[in-house]
Amino acid sequence: MTEPDANPLEYAPAPESATVAALRERYRPFIDGEFTDGTGAVFSSVNPATGEPLAEITGSAESDVDRAVAAADEAFRRRWAAISGTDRAKYLFRIARLLQERSRELAVLETLDTGKPVRQATEFDLPNAAAWFLHYAGWADKLDHAGFGPSPEPLGVTGQVIPSNFPLLLLAQRVAPALACGSTVVVKPAERTPLTALVFGELCEQAGIPPGTVNILPGDSGTGASLLAHRGVRHAVFTGSTEVGERVRRGLAGRGKRVTSELGGNGVNIVFADAAPEEAVRGVIEGAFFNQGRVRCAGSRLLVEESAAEEFVARLRDSMAELRVGDPMDRNTDVGALGSTAEVERLSELVERGVAEGASRWTVPATLPRRGDFMAPTLLTDVQQSMSVARTEIFGPVLSVLTFRTAREAVTKADNTPYGLAAGVWSEKGSRALWTARGLRTGVVWANTFHRFDPTAPFGGRGESGNGHVGGAAGLEAYLDV
Amino acid sequence: MSEDEARVSTRKRVTVPKTYKLYVGGSFARSESGRVVAVADADGTFRANAAKASRKDLRDAVAAARKAFGGWSGASAHNRGQVLFRVAEMLEGTRDRFTSEVAATEGLSATEAERAVDTAVDRMFWYAGWTDKLGVLRGGVGQVSGPYTVHSTPEPVGVVGVVAPRRSSLLGLVSVLAPVLAAGNSAVVLVDTELAVPAVSMCEAMATSDVPGGVVNVLTGDPAELISRLASHSDVDALDPGGADESLRGELEETAAGSVKRVLDAPLVEPDWSTAPGTGRLRAFTELKTVWHPLGE
Amino acid sequence: MVTAERHRRLPRMADSPSSSPPSTGPPGELTEATRDEAALTRFLRGLPGIDAVGLEQRATALAGRAVKGEAKLRAIDRAVSMVDLTTLEGADNASKVRALAAKARTPDSRFPDVPRVAALCVYPDLVAEAVTALRGSGVGVASVATAFPSGRSTPRAKLAEVELAVESGADEVDMVIDRGAFLAGEYGRVFDEIEQVRAACGPAHLKVILETGELGGYDNVWRASWLALLAGADFVKTSTGKVSPAATLPVTHVLLRAVREWRERTGQTRGVKPAGGIRTTKDAIRYLVAVREVAGSDWLSPDLFRFGASGLLNDLLMQRETQLHGHYSGPDQVTVDL
Repeated sequence: MTEPDANPLEYAPAPESATVAALRERYRPFIDGEFTDGTGAVFSSVNPATGEPLAEITGSAESDVDRAVAAADEAFRRRWAAISGTDRAKYLFRIARLLQERSRELAVLETLDTGKPVRQATEFDLPNAAAWFLHYAGWADKLDHAGFGPSPEPLGVTGQVIPSNFPLLLLAQRVAPALACGSTVVVKPAERTPLTALVFGELCEQAGIPPGTVNILPGDSGTGASLLAHRGVRHAVFTGSTEVGERVRRGLAGRGKRVTSELGGNGVNIVFADAAPEEAVRGVIEGAFFNQGRVRCAGSRLLVEESAAEEFVARLRDSMAELRVGDPMDRNTDVGALGSTAEVERLSELVERGVAEGASRWTVPATLPRRGDFMAPTLLTDVQQSMSVARTEIFGPVLSVLTFRTAREAVTKADNTPYGLAAGVWSEKGSRALWTARGLRTGVVWANTFHRFDPTAPFGGRGESGNGHVGGAAGLEAYLDV
Repeated sequence: MSEDEARVSTRKRVTVPKTYKLYVGGSFARSESGRVVAVADADGTFRANAAKASRKDLRDAVAAARKAFGGWSGASAHNRGQVLFRVAEMLEGTRDRFTSEVAATEGLSATEAERAVDTAVDRMFWYAGWTDKLGVLRGGVGQVSGPYTVHSTPEPVGVVGVVAPRRSSLLGLVSVLAPVLAAGNSAVVLVDTELAVPAVSMCEAMATSDVPGGVVNVLTGDPAELISRLASHSDVDALDPGGADESLRGELEETAAGSVKRVLDAPLVEPDWSTAPGTGRLRAFTELKTVWHPLGE
Repeated sequence: MVTAERHRRLPRMADSPSSSPPSTGPPGELTEATRDEAALTRFLRGLPGIDAVGLEQRATALAGRAVKGEAKLRAIDRAVSMVDLTTLEGADNASKVRALAAKARTPDSRFPDVPRVAALCVYPDLVAEAVTALRGSGVGVASVATAFPSGRSTPRAKLAEVELAVESGADEVDMVIDRGAFLAGEYGRVFDEIEQVRAACGPAHLKVILETGELGGYDNVWRASWLALLAGADFVKTSTGKVSPAATLPVTHVLLRAVREWRERTGQTRGVKPAGGIRTTKDAIRYLVAVREVAGSDWLSPDLFRFGASGLLNDLLMQRETQLHGHYSGPDQVTVDL
């Protein structure tokens, strides 16, 4: 038998080709069915993994917002709500197909723009975006049967502000039901990640959607604020942090608008001593580090039963050490880049504060790329309920470990937050897992799994995590006058 | 006894007056502030001194509602239905009294008042039947791709702050309160003292049905004085601003933004409460929880 | 493994040879687990569960790891060195064994730097032929035994078969467990049988075939792995190749977890052998990735990981050529071994 060599199995870098993304030098606003020269300031979109600019984008000024809302209003009254549900369904179906056909290009573009691992963009973001359109295509001509009574009416023009963590998927989750209901949309993608949304405008063109039905306005938070506050916008949909969400809601108070806010979270994974250990470890890792932890439903807190805590944390550490952090374009990468340098700084400060408050820090022994906005996945143990890391939304690759003694205590600790988005429960005992799920004050509970999404399953928050739902018939409600 | 007095007594009996109190935590109590407001019938006749709730009363009411929430939301849907059917029975049993109170309060004819009371009883009855059907209304099974079973179930929002309608006393109150209760929430209701008489009688119906103390809390007073406190209270999970003056709505929504409270998308002009309601209010005060579990051998 | 002295205390015990070589059993808590059948049952039933969906997801996710270029070439050579070249057909005879032995020594005569395979795996009656053909080559001879593939015979017959294989010079014995007994919860009986075979193997290595496709779920695969390790298996092996499904990635994950935890708890290192259904280089590399990620890099050695396969070797050789010369190989570039 041969001697084993020192390093018998390496994962060679398996880089995806950036040319697939078909990057252009300049991207422009999509208004009333065509790409137009915006009148806003020109800005560039930067690849957070390299710090290099990807393209220039013409931003949208007030006049562009006016124009887009007017186009959406016109389309709503004459072209979109007026056509049959069946026809709307076919347009949505066309978009779904186009998303499937161009999924590789869009996945790579999404990776370049966000820093998320290309494998995730390919296997999660894009297929789900297409699935959402496909699901809601089916609803467009079945609204009478959605449970809101006969002939539910659309609200009208919807203004949507989309965040930077899942630019295209979150757009799909919000635009598909709006269009299915007969509303028209004006979308403001995140300033840092507008590229896939703008290519989406091209898909709408290719699908032949009536002009004005979908409008995309790249720009900064000012553009978003003027869009949501615009008199012609009947329904304001904001997705982002709770802090900004509250500000947005305050700004829109008393304007007779419907406001849907999908805000932050401080999700928890509850691991009982009888949990299937390996799957629970994987689930906790997935929960905390999927999309670099930049998920509002991330399981950034781990509550583990005291009697099993030591062994579980040891396993967790071993498995975390295997995470491959680095180039998002490498298909072997598990954890990619964060959204910006500012985010890395914010998270570092948060971790420092946790340590100052008494937590112990451990980070994955990964060699980070020299350039780009990377952060090694971090584990904080000895965390107490009162510490800032256990109270605030993390939105990054930081996992805090707390313990509990009884199921009741676990639920109390998990619920002891103003947020209420998602939680995980790990136990091989069915009745206890479901009892715990019942007790948790969250919109979603993943029992013995984590981060599962499907267009047929409602997903949404409670409390300070916001009031909207995406998915299923529940996802239609926000866009209907019911 | 003088002759005059004797003559009066043969003409009309001197009645025992009722004290109109706040209904908090299952008990009737005066406002801790000791404040009262004189309430007159629509024809101007003095009826009573109704308690005028203070901010502290509001705080107590929210605390009572929170305390009662666990038991009420944890009760079986069937059980909650039974309790609300019982309320309908109690309203039906005191129909005549409500009719005269509604007529006096709103200045309606006996026939009009009768119709309003009957509709109110029917409405309570209608909502009582909803308690164990919310799963059909809002729940369901996700037909997801992959080896999982996924079900979504409705859950109550929590403590709901309600500004009671002003256009209709009993019918308005029942129309906004019943869906809150049917969905499993507890309620803190602000009622304008002008409408205190039927409101307090309804509280008596609640107290003598099996509605657990604290599930319904009714504060009579000047809603404008208390609304912003209700909206800013972080232990109030949702708000029905329907009875608030239009001029207050903006401020209310702004205040409620602070704790991302659910605010019912209520029309600025109160609807005609005699029209049959849809399910919007039940949905508005219901949260949806989706639970996933893998299916493996 | 436990000594003859100890297993005799197991209440239900097959008739067995009266002696076995002394050996070191599992330490501490695990010794307690093999004290009697009740303790063994308690231990196996008390093992933590495995969530099938989570396990399969993990296996699928890891299968997406890319191994390319130079690393792929090294992985192919590594895989070749781990192959237990197998022939287990009713039509097997001396000439077939000689043909395979030649292939095992020199898998690809055009490329002498291709490593030899780990072992040649045959039926017991052909062991002697294989030993002769492989003498001095460094390629081991493995023999299936214990009424392979069903395991349905008397303990005496099974042991006689093991003794025959070992006497004929087998370096390794691949036994099958009594799945019927396992599924009936007769863990003591399965334990005894493995232990007795272990004893009969003498210096030969023992691979215990769990036949995972018949065990009905990962929790049972997990228990059976522990049972085999407790009874003294040097390797746990997924399948006979005669039952479908044979080896799968998730099932191999379970076996790899078991040997990893065995080492964590006992300090002893045991091996894993998936067998059946692994036909392509792509499959083999996915298994190697699983070995590395689930058990650890230490297991990336023919001493601790084997592929039980017949067709895999040729695909590895073809892919190797493609990798080296940049063009696709054809089936006639490698030998057909009949």
